Amino acid sequence: MSSPALSQFSIPFLMGNNLNAWSEALAGFNLLGLPLGLVILAAIPLVFIALYSLTYGVYGERKISAFMQDRLGPMEVGKWGILQTIADILKLLQKEDIVPASADKFLFVIGPGVLFVGSFLAYAVLPFSSAFIGASLNVGLFYAIGIVALEVVGILAAGWGSNNKWSLYGAVRSVAQIVSYEIPAAIALLCGAMMAGTLDMQKITILQSGSLGFAHFFLFQSPIAWLPFLIYFIASLAEVNRAPFDIPEAESELVAGYFTEYSGMKFAVIFLAEYGSMFMVSAIISIVFLGGWNSPLPNIGSLALNDMTSGPVWGACWIIMKGFFFIFVQMWLRWTLPRLRVDQLMYLCWKVLTPFAFVSFVLTAIWEVYVP
Amino acid sequence: MSNPTYTVIFYLFAAITVCSAAFVVFTRNVIYSAFSLLFTFFGVAALYVFLSADFIAVTQVVVYVGGILVLLLFGVMFTNGIMQTGQKSEVFHIVPGTFLLAGIIGALLYTFYTSHGWMPSESTLQGSIVERIGFETMSRYVLPFEMVSILLLAALIGAAFLARFDKSGK
Repeated sequence: MSSPALSQFSIPFLMGNNLNAWSEALAGFNLLGLPLGLVILAAIPLVFIALYSLTYGVYGERKISAFMQDRLGPMEVGKWGILQTIADILKLLQKEDIVPASADKFLFVIGPGVLFVGSFLAYAVLPFSSAFIGASLNVGLFYAIGIVALEVVGILAAGWGSNNKWSLYGAVRSVAQIVSYEIPAAIALLCGAMMAGTLDMQKITILQSGSLGFAHFFLFQSPIAWLPFLIYFIASLAEVNRAPFDIPEAESELVAGYFTEYSGMKFAVIFLAEYGSMFMVSAIISIVFLGGWNSPLPNIGSLALNDMTSGPVWGACWIIMKGFFFIFVQMWLRWTLPRLRVDQLMYLCWKVLTPFAFVSFVLTAIWEVYVP
Repeated sequence: MSNPTYTVIFYLFAAITVCSAAFVVFTRNVIYSAFSLLFTFFGVAALYVFLSADFIAVTQVVVYVGGILVLLLFGVMFTNGIMQTGQKSEVFHIVPGTFLLAGIIGALLYTFYTSHGWMPSESTLQGSIVERIGFETMSRYVLPFEMVSILLLAALIGAAFLARFDKSGK
């Protein structure tokens, strides 16, 4: 770890293109004996979440929902309302930080923090490129599924700490939903893990690379892979509390659910956590079923499209584009489907998704064992 | 593991574990106790990582934070009047308590220093631990594994039966 620091102080393109080359070079980078590289390594996904939430998350969602409802969306601040998000941020920063008088101060304050940490921790195992991953764990996928539990505790802390009926209802609904939908989600991802034979996110991605592009993705590698893919997508919508599973914040019945009492920067942190987990589940579904940072373009004869669009920088582009595509589908569904009732939500989870997840699990196992 | 960074991180997590565990015991607010357990569980998971048992660490988070802690919080929150009831945490029976504590710590330290089963193993772990755990569960430990599965299934059926909508009572 104490190798010469200066030789590694180079722009990413000079660090080499080997597997995990950038992150390993960063992890070995020490300044004055302090592990500055490790801090930078952790800060990169954080900066990514902040930037993407500001641009695509807030502005993009407002514009997309506006176009879907035949409106224009924000148009006043800057051309096409591009500066609207900056105005929003300035407004949030200036707001008074209100803690309700009868709230449990401690839980009210740590709630959003725990929530954001919960959604951010999973970024440690997401391979953002063939040369960059926070921590190449051999239990990566398992870790990404399990760490969501922290979010649950954050939501409960926020809901209970607010000392508000709506908040507590929202929190309890949200937790019941996340805990239930973890089961079909985990079984669906297990099908992907079974096809790969490993839980290491980087290895799962490498197994899906090849000159035929998208044909190597697990979604197209087995005739039943679409079933766990669909199940995980539906379950992931519920896990991030997005429509049609937004009953925890259901504006028409619960005001705003567990974050009713929050304003200013605490509200912003809760939203950052929501956008963070939206990209997290989108990245996980892209990695397990759609090849992560692999290029979907095939080599056609002498036209080597796949080779041209492969490499660490291209990889980062591909996984971010795939993640953004799924976020777009999430936004699209929000303005298409009505909200489920609580009993329908539980019915869907336990009587539809879980049995089908088990069926797809058995079928995938049979396919993997008997079809070479 | 001689790197100073790892040492600092280790002591940080050890401190988090011990302090939050002490908070769980000493606070008079049940809700704070339950939330503080979160940090204890995470600290223990981090200590497992330092023992290179990352599978156990993640399982710790999944089972304890995702399952037991959430259940505990639900139980505490839905218990009526839990915030009104004064928690009795005064110290009774100081003398026998101290003797008992000293006895337990003494016995533990005695066992720790006299038994020499703490040597590091000759061969280091090779390859993926997950694979090894899978092979061992499905070969050598298949009977205990199946027995635990049946026990859990029975518990699941029992829970579903208890929570069922009671038609006769309606």
